[in-house]
Amino acid sequence: MNLLIKNGRVIDPSQNIDDVLDVIVENGLVKEIGKGLKAPSGAEIIDATGKYVVPGLIDMHVHLRDPGLEYKEDIISGTKAAVVGGFTSVCCMPNTKPTIDNKAIASYIINKAKTEGFCNVFPVGSITYGLSGERMSEMGELMESGCVGVSDDGKPVNNSELMMRALQYAAGIGIMVISHAEELELVGEGTMNEGYTSTELGLKGIPRVAEDIATARETLLAEYTGSPIHIAHVSTKGAVRIIREAKARGVKVTCETAPHYFTLTDDAVRGYNTNAKMNPPLREADDVAAIKEGLRDGTIDAIATDHAPHHLDEKDVEFNVALNGIIGLETSLPLSLKLVDDGVLTLNQLVAAMSCQPSKILSLNRGALTTGAIADITLIDPSVEWVVEADKLASKSKNSPFLGWTMKGAAVVTVVGGKVVHRR
Amino acid sequence: MSSDKTVLMDGAGIKRALTRIAHEVLERNKGVSDIVLIGIRSGGAFLADGIAQQISVIEGGEVPVGAVDITLYRDDCSGQLPHQAVGKTEIPFSLEGKKVILVDDVLYTGRTIRAAMDALMDFGRPRCIQLAVLIDRGHRELPIRADFVGRNVPTSLKENVQVIFDETNQPLEVVLEK
Amino acid sequence: MAEFKHKHIIALRDLSKEDIELLISTAESMREINNRDIKKVPTLRGKTIINLFYEASTRTRTSFEIAGKRLSADTVNITTSSSSATKGETLSDTALNLLAMKPDIIVMRHSVSGSHYFLANKVNCSIINAGDGAHEHPSQGLLDMLTMKDRYGRLDGLKVAIVGDITHSRVARSNIQGLTKLGSSVFLAGPPTMLPPGVEKLGNVTVCSSMNEALQDADVVMMLRIQQERQGKTLMPNAREYSRYFGLNPNNIKLAKPNAIVMHPGPINRGVEMSSSTVDGEQSWILKQVENGVAVRMAMLYHVCGGEMGE
Repeated sequence: MNLLIKNGRVIDPSQNIDDVLDVIVENGLVKEIGKGLKAPSGAEIIDATGKYVVPGLIDMHVHLRDPGLEYKEDIISGTKAAVVGGFTSVCCMPNTKPTIDNKAIASYIINKAKTEGFCNVFPVGSITYGLSGERMSEMGELMESGCVGVSDDGKPVNNSELMMRALQYAAGIGIMVISHAEELELVGEGTMNEGYTSTELGLKGIPRVAEDIATARETLLAEYTGSPIHIAHVSTKGAVRIIREAKARGVKVTCETAPHYFTLTDDAVRGYNTNAKMNPPLREADDVAAIKEGLRDGTIDAIATDHAPHHLDEKDVEFNVALNGIIGLETSLPLSLKLVDDGVLTLNQLVAAMSCQPSKILSLNRGALTTGAIADITLIDPSVEWVVEADKLASKSKNSPFLGWTMKGAAVVTVVGGKVVHRR
Repeated sequence: MSSDKTVLMDGAGIKRALTRIAHEVLERNKGVSDIVLIGIRSGGAFLADGIAQQISVIEGGEVPVGAVDITLYRDDCSGQLPHQAVGKTEIPFSLEGKKVILVDDVLYTGRTIRAAMDALMDFGRPRCIQLAVLIDRGHRELPIRADFVGRNVPTSLKENVQVIFDETNQPLEVVLEK
Repeated sequence: MAEFKHKHIIALRDLSKEDIELLISTAESMREINNRDIKKVPTLRGKTIINLFYEASTRTRTSFEIAGKRLSADTVNITTSSSSATKGETLSDTALNLLAMKPDIIVMRHSVSGSHYFLANKVNCSIINAGDGAHEHPSQGLLDMLTMKDRYGRLDGLKVAIVGDITHSRVARSNIQGLTKLGSSVFLAGPPTMLPPGVEKLGNVTVCSSMNEALQDADVVMMLRIQQERQGKTLMPNAREYSRYFGLNPNNIKLAKPNAIVMHPGPINRGVEMSSSTVDGEQSWILKQVENGVAVRMAMLYHVCGGEMGE
């Protein structure tokens, strides 16, 4: 199927393009970008007037729950949610059952995504076998079988020596280490951010310094070893400052945050709302401000969702018992577009954070609309308004703190490898 | 909503009625011995004080006066209305073998009196209970009648009879609202 | 006339000044019943109350049970261990099973903060919180306030010192919420490891740097129970050192007003948070608190049984 996407505002930070242009897609690749292009014979013409045409969005941090936890999500439902949200690629974390710590599981995911999924799925392997924090996984084989990074996401690699060796080893074979930065002793039995709200609700708090300390350790290990590291789901003011300072020193550190960390504070937990329970927890207003500033000044490289589907039975319970995490694929784009509306980011910065940077950090060879590039393209209507409703979400799970919210902006067409996989 | 108010009794009239009730109580019971007055909160409790005063003027000596709050004995407690504050029941003496004069301001369905009698029974076994009311407006729903009545006032169900008290809890007037 | 319009009593934070005053005033009236020969009124005849306790508690459970019985309700006690919530039946399923017995009120104690709100969403009966995690313990807060009112005739303008592990104390939270709504000022003291962040923002609350500062001219001294199992962990060195800095004794009690009253929610660790002489001394109103517990719980049961206020 060939396409002519006409009259859209094409934004491609990789080429510094921001102009009303036409895009021709042929044989799954971007053939040409320019003004007044003619449709190739048999091509579908998509009128993109008033829409943004951007390199397909990439979510570098999702949990697809497949294999093993398909009652929460699977590769089909998860990638469907992704393309509805405008994502053409997702990177799935290894805390499946069994863990993505071997070639068989990585291949299973890649094959299932290719045959049944709606978008590209790039698995992230584990740093340690079975996420045990004890012994390094076979990172080389994981990379050869298609993993684009390694992470023990969900928990930190507590042993500093092991983490240092993992960074050295991974750098040697050229695979990115993604850190879940958290000091477990300080987290303890905590269930939400430690602050005034936790005091009022009588819930055990997780102090912000638990994330700050771990982030500092990771940047120091990366600095000491000279290896790159990527910090997942940054949520605190302190972590932003530590990463900013590390970058200034030349440490090879990149990081991501998630839409809920720049949209919500721990006030959302009031009423013991388990859909506002995640790890790291929602923080406070000054953290939200710091996250926005970090995105604006480039300290934070990427926006990822940490899409973490959980069954209703795992959320419709007492607060302490509820599992951590929220879904995010279908609400990320409008929540992020709000940063542009609010003047925090330029549109160019936003597209970079949601496409170009994730591709660059994990070497995905995506995130650009250059001639000959794989045609992963997202068309965005920035003005359409819609309400988040549980029964209309494509994800199997409905654990979102944004249910009932009115969102502005949505992906109207999602193109993966030249094929239209979603139309609104 | 406009409401027509008719004054049925003024302060002096109420005082005369209480004095007459005091006389009748003494006459029926042949003196003050073993008599106690229990007023039903809130209006009846104020009137019980008034009757007690008259009795001591007539006979000399003090008659024990108590007050009962019937909220916890109501028969409409189970449900539809928000529960109101519970007033204090103050019966600082035994009712065993006493002649209890139960005092209320307006006798209507009789349900309040039923509740008050149940409450009194929890304080011992009185020799008898007699009922004194300032106004009997009719429409009984239970087989209850007053022994001493200030005034009988035939009313319709739509009307409302109220005894108004001043800030020192002295009765001011009885009004009929339509 | 004041009316109580809530179906549940989960936290004093959710109640207005007027609601709390009404509950205290009703409790004052209820007290008379407890002094009668026949300690029973027919008010809640035919009502069923389930006391569902996920944490052991003799005092609170007994007090709720007596309160229900004095109002003529049928009371049933279910005591179960908290761990079953994570292993076997969920709270949600337990609640639905209990509902099949058609209770009018469930009085619950649970180790997880906020679990009563969860339960209230699942059932159609009234919920009364008998303590949830480190969140609130409204009946204790109310009986504490009633006790203070007994002593002073008012709560407005009282200086109340609360000393101990504020972080883990639902008693402290309910007292702070209630007292500051009714015009008292609260002064907190405890090891910094036991003072939660932002606690001074909960109302008219002052965090003191020492116990002496909190005791100074206090009308009421409320000592909290120190959890023995926290000893030797990260919050404090041991009971001995705790007692040295945050224990009430015949010397530091003199800093409070001469006739100040001393309170404790119990059970007391004698020699740790309070010396025996202060527990048994003339200023101790601890047994008065226990006595007031029944009347306060009668008032709570009575008021939640009323209809809700329609809009």
